[in-house]
Amino acid sequence: MQKVLKKYFLVFTLPTLIAFAIAFVLPFVFGVYLSFCSFRTVSDTKWVGLDNYIKAFTVNKEFFNALIFTVKFAIVSLLSINVFAFLLSMVLTRGLKGTNLFRTVFFMPNLVGGIVLGYIWQCIINGVLSKFGTTLSYSSSYGYWGLIILMNWQMIGYMMVIYVAALQNVSPDLIDASKVDGANAFQRLRYITIPMVMPSITICTFLTLSNSFKLFDQNLALTAGMPAKQTEMLALNIYNTFYGRIGFEGVGQAKAVMFLILVAAIALIQLRFTRSKEVEA
Amino acid sequence: MTKKKAGDIALYVLLIALVLLFLFPIAFVVVNSFKSKLFISSNPFGIPSGESFAKFGNYTEGIEKTNFFGAFGWSAFITVGSVVMILLFTSMTAWYITRVKSKVTSCLYYMFVFSMVVPFQMVMFTMSKMADTLHLNTPWGLIILYLGFGAGLSIFMFSGFVKSIPVDIEEAALIDGCNPIKMFFVIIVPILKPTVITVAILNTMWIWNDYLLPYLTIGLSTEYKTIPVVVQYLMGSYGAKDYGALMALLVLAIIPIIIFYLCCQKYIIKGVVAGAVKG
Repeated sequence: MQKVLKKYFLVFTLPTLIAFAIAFVLPFVFGVYLSFCSFRTVSDTKWVGLDNYIKAFTVNKEFFNALIFTVKFAIVSLLSINVFAFLLSMVLTRGLKGTNLFRTVFFMPNLVGGIVLGYIWQCIINGVLSKFGTTLSYSSSYGYWGLIILMNWQMIGYMMVIYVAALQNVSPDLIDASKVDGANAFQRLRYITIPMVMPSITICTFLTLSNSFKLFDQNLALTAGMPAKQTEMLALNIYNTFYGRIGFEGVGQAKAVMFLILVAAIALIQLRFTRSKEVEA
Repeated sequence: MTKKKAGDIALYVLLIALVLLFLFPIAFVVVNSFKSKLFISSNPFGIPSGESFAKFGNYTEGIEKTNFFGAFGWSAFITVGSVVMILLFTSMTAWYITRVKSKVTSCLYYMFVFSMVVPFQMVMFTMSKMADTLHLNTPWGLIILYLGFGAGLSIFMFSGFVKSIPVDIEEAALIDGCNPIKMFFVIIVPILKPTVITVAILNTMWIWNDYLLPYLTIGLSTEYKTIPVVVQYLMGSYGAKDYGALMALLVLAIIPIIIFYLCCQKYIIKGVVAGAVKG
């Protein structure tokens, strides 16, 4: 079979490979190269070594502040989204009537795009804050909590759907056996349910973490970094470095490389950590 | 009343409160889209009545200012076109690189997996420059870019599924003299159907809502704006912001998504769960 198929390599893969090269491989390789260059357009590049990487931290503190803001945001949204989603999925797997209707409503915000979501919440939060004579762009903590609320509203339903599917797969026999052994509700949750749904916890924490770190649209629409770039997250900071300041394209590209390394490292560490807690049924 | 029943009622009260909380933002936008501009900022939580009721004024204004129906058309064209191309080509590629084991194919597989982790900001600048050079800054070109950037996840999901299909059927078909292309479409594609639905849904949700890629490649020209691009265009520009038109536009942007969701809800939720298990 392998022999017959060898001749068909290009038939099966060529269109994907061309598109993949144009959209990903070449821009990626070129991007890594440009992070070591000073340039305005892609044709007048000059090798500057690690200069861009140093400038990313030394010219101003924006990138570092964006990193701190993003980390704070990611930790709080990771915990709140997963805790709420898990609690909700436990309620929805108790066999109550109308469970499907509830699930439909909770999942819905996830389909609305980030830009649209950002403006919806900007109007609501500004509406509430106007009662107190202030706006979202007045303080960075409003923007921070606004983003947390928005992310929770958007992601809880998605994670809940994944947890519901996992909880439905936990064998009732295990629960019954533990009841016979005299385990109380908390012990059943701690020693039976959570270990059994650990693969889903791995996935949901992975998805919330990487979505939080890569967040861009919601950040742009809700606060656009206001006030004074204090609510700027990493992705938005990189975007603004590229397109907001002439002569800093190389710095932007260097920031993007560091961003990639950070995202990849977090993904690897997180997967290894939660995978180690998974058990076989 | 038994203890269990009381508990159930308490849960229902909680769930209904949560439903209202989840629906509130949507209701807020719908209500405000019928208010005249001035009242949106002065009384955001009131119900429009009398002089604050704007009928469909905000809608006509929002549609005119942004050419909303044009944007809807381009969004639909780009989304449908990209999803079709992704389904067709990545399923072929995924099947091939899973079945034929060589250094090249396994290297390709790892490159596709790696591309899933890479944030868009990493390639955004060079990719948009490349798109300009190759004249891909059109809706048709955008479909090629989506195929390339969406290939990672789609190939990962397809090849996960292909691994679970026994090779015997394919081998038998090939021995009977069936050519591999015909065999792929007649035998493999029907087996892949559940994954096709999952991949289609995940990609539709992404491409329909994507902002940065269309903005950087075709958003700056006047004609080919997509829905997220026009929403940002209306609000992101400097000067007086027209909240009336914005509210109407937000409602118009949500309506197609809600219709799509209510029609394919079963598949969407299944697709998300299947996608998560593979991911």
